Parts: sequence; structure tokens; C-alpha cells
Amino acid sequence: MLAKRIIPCLDVKEGRTVKGINFEGLRDVGDPVELGVRYASEGADELVYLDISASREGRNTFTDLVRRIAENINIPFTVGGGIASVDDASRLLDAGADKITVNTAAVNNPELVTQIARRYGSQFIIVAIDARLDSDGVWHVTTHGGSKSTPRNLFDWALEVEDRGCGEILFTSMNHDGTRSGYPCETYRKLFDSLSIPVIASGGAGKWEDIAEVLSQGKADAALAASIFHYDNMNILTLKRHLASAGIPVRI
Amino acid sequence: MIAIVDYNAGNITSVCNALKRLGAEWCLTADEKELQKASHILLPGVGDAAEVMCKLHEKRLVEPIKAIRRPVLGICIGMQVLCRDSEESDAKCIGIFDSHVRRFPSGTTDKVPHMGWNSLHNLESKLFKAIDPGEYVYYVHSYRAELCPDTIATTSYCGSRFSAALKYENFYGTQFHPEKSGDVGERILKNFLEIC
Repeated sequence: MLAKRIIPCLDVKEGRTVKGINFEGLRDVGDPVELGVRYASEGADELVYLDISASREGRNTFTDLVRRIAENINIPFTVGGGIASVDDASRLLDAGADKITVNTAAVNNPELVTQIARRYGSQFIIVAIDARLDSDGVWHVTTHGGSKSTPRNLFDWALEVEDRGCGEILFTSMNHDGTRSGYPCETYRKLFDSLSIPVIASGGAGKWEDIAEVLSQGKADAALAASIFHYDNMNILTLKRHLASAGIPVRI
Repeated sequence: MIAIVDYNAGNITSVCNALKRLGAEWCLTADEKELQKASHILLPGVGDAAEVMCKLHEKRLVEPIKAIRRPVLGICIGMQVLCRDSEESDAKCIGIFDSHVRRFPSGTTDKVPHMGWNSLHNLESKLFKAIDPGEYVYYVHSYRAELCPDTIATTSYCGSRFSAALKYENFYGTQFHPEKSGDVGERILKNFLEIC
């Protein structure tokens, strides 16, 4: 049976991890490679590295980092942050990334999704969607980390990028992100039912039961997480044991 | 020396990195003599089976691959092109394994491509030494090889079992990506390199 995936996310700035999970016991808490190796050994199914560097130097450092990650990690990993062209994607693929994720750049230029998927295959591209449920009852797609609202609707946009060849959707609810109060499971379920590509849930988990709920009732194929591990010091293996006890198929 | 068959397969970085982690030495080659001399041969593959076959023909590699008597491991599309044929763009393949490659059936709730970690069963080869049934490996594919006498491992998806791995004489193939399958995958690659 295909396992539900648990994906830790690491934010990287100028080549160092600025948000990660389970720092305790590491020689160098800032080294994204060392953290990744540790998460992989604890049972992470994939890793996501997001480059939040603002500078060009930071971006170059990130490419070198991707190369080092690829050399040291034996599970698939995705990279994102600042990918705005096919060339950016090529550079990261050459460095060894298994997948890339695009967000704002895809909204600004949907053709980018088509171009990357056509060149490197659907399995290579994840479109991240940050959406907010507004008072009009519509899930509006936002960009720039939720700070800008767009007229696009979550479901239409998800279908459009699927149509353009995107391989997976990473959906974060801006109403739930950071609240640690659980996921909008109904919305995930609706998204799952309307798409034929996998849906990754992100943002909102406060406890393992939240993740269990979005993977079962919400039908999500995977859960991306950071803070549940970070604040609660929950080990990935412990989380997976909880999920398994709740009847969710996970790789242990 | 391990040889990775060089036919512009696309991204082979992860295969090279996995070999590096195992401390193995390899070379990338399309030369018939080099392939004959190598201790082990890896045939990676990305993309479309018909396209891969086309590239192998262009490089005149089909007959040299068939003639190899040392252990060969085809990975993903690399395994599929060692089968008889593939439904993907109606490709006629190399024909080492007695299996047909077909698209996953539609009409189940399982999504295609089959992407992620799935479990191995019915393990029947030293390729799986110290690997327990039920261990997980990483897959990304939309077409799969049907079960046949050469099947040495199975995985279930879309309501039926398919060949997770195949073996015929010195030829091995895995549909999954051992280079991306964590410690289990590393062990399988190590087992392959220990076959002589």
C-alpha cells in the first residue's frame, strides 16, 4: 500500500538553517545537510528546503548547498524559494534536486509551470498554493507569503496548474498557518476529490492528531511540517508510530 | 569498475551520488569494450520508454547491452526497456525480461503516476539479501511491468500486483529507485554490487 508521506520543511538563509526541527543533539544546528541527514534517519519520507535568502550571494550559496544535500541524502528532496525561470529550475536539477516548488512566480507567470513540466516532467514540479478563505466565502490565492491577495480561486488555480503539468499541489491555508489549531480538512478533501495529482497539506498542525485528521478525513497524500517538531520536540518516528496506531499507512 | 551506460539518459546525478556514498568507483560510458570490461553495469532511465529506446539505438547500444555477461541493473525506465515491449508510445524494447510494460489501469481510486513509498513483497533474489518483506522503497512511474516468471519482487497498486523487480540470468531490474530509497535502497544497491 502506498504510504502517506511525512515531509519536514527547512528554511534556509545564506546557506544556514533558520527554522528546523529537533535541534537538540546536533553538532551544528545551522547546517541544513546535517539536519536533513538526521531527519532522513528518523524516518522522513522526503525533505523540502526553502531558500529564503534575499541576496544573489545567498542564492548562489543555496545552489552549492543543494549539491551537498544531493551527495549526502538518500531520500527524495524538493527545493524552492525564488525560482522564477526554467533556468533557475535547470540549475537546481543539475545540482541534484529531485523536485522544485514554485509559488508566486507561477501565479505571475502560469506558463512557467507548463515550461518546466514539459522540459523535466511533471514529477519534477510542485506548485505551492497559499490561499485565504475570505469573508465572501471564496478561497483566494495569495502571493508573497500571504501578503498579497489575488482574484484567483484556489480550486480553479489548482486545476489550471494540474492541467499545465504540475505533479503535486502543496496547499497552505493562510487562515490556519501558524495557528497550530489543525487543518481545514473539508477543503483538503474537496481539493483531493477534484484533482488527480497528490495533495500535500501544510500549515496548521499543533498535534499529531491534526496530521492524522488531514491524512484520513482530509485525504491528503502527505503532510509537510516544521513547527510541530520544533515546538513540541516531536520526533518523526514518534509521529509516525502515532499515525500507524491510528490506522494510517506510513513507512516505519 | 562499475559502468553507467551513457546515452544522455537525463539526470543521473542521484545514481552517481548513491554510488559515491557506497564508496564505489564508476565511469560513464557508451563504449562497447568498456561495458564488457566493467564489473557491474547500471542502466538508468528517465522519461519515455520509446525515447530511451530511440537513444539506445542511436548510440548502437542495444546489441552490446544484450551481450553483457556481468551483472546489469536497470533502474525504472532502465528496467522497462529491458522488457519485451512497452505500451508507452508502443515501444519495442530490448527483450531480456519476459514481461510486457503497460499503463496502470484507470478506474481505481489510486492516482497515476504511482509516486511515493510502497512496500516490497515476494522477495526472491540475493538482490534482496537482508531486506524483509514489507520494507518500503520509492517509486515514480505511470507504466509497470506485468508479473512474469522473471519477477523477483512485487508491489501492489491500482488494485493489482506488478513487478517491483525482475531478474533473468545476469540481468536485474528495479522499477523503484534504490538510489532514493533510504537505507533499504542503499542495501539493495550494495547487494547488487556484491553479485558476481
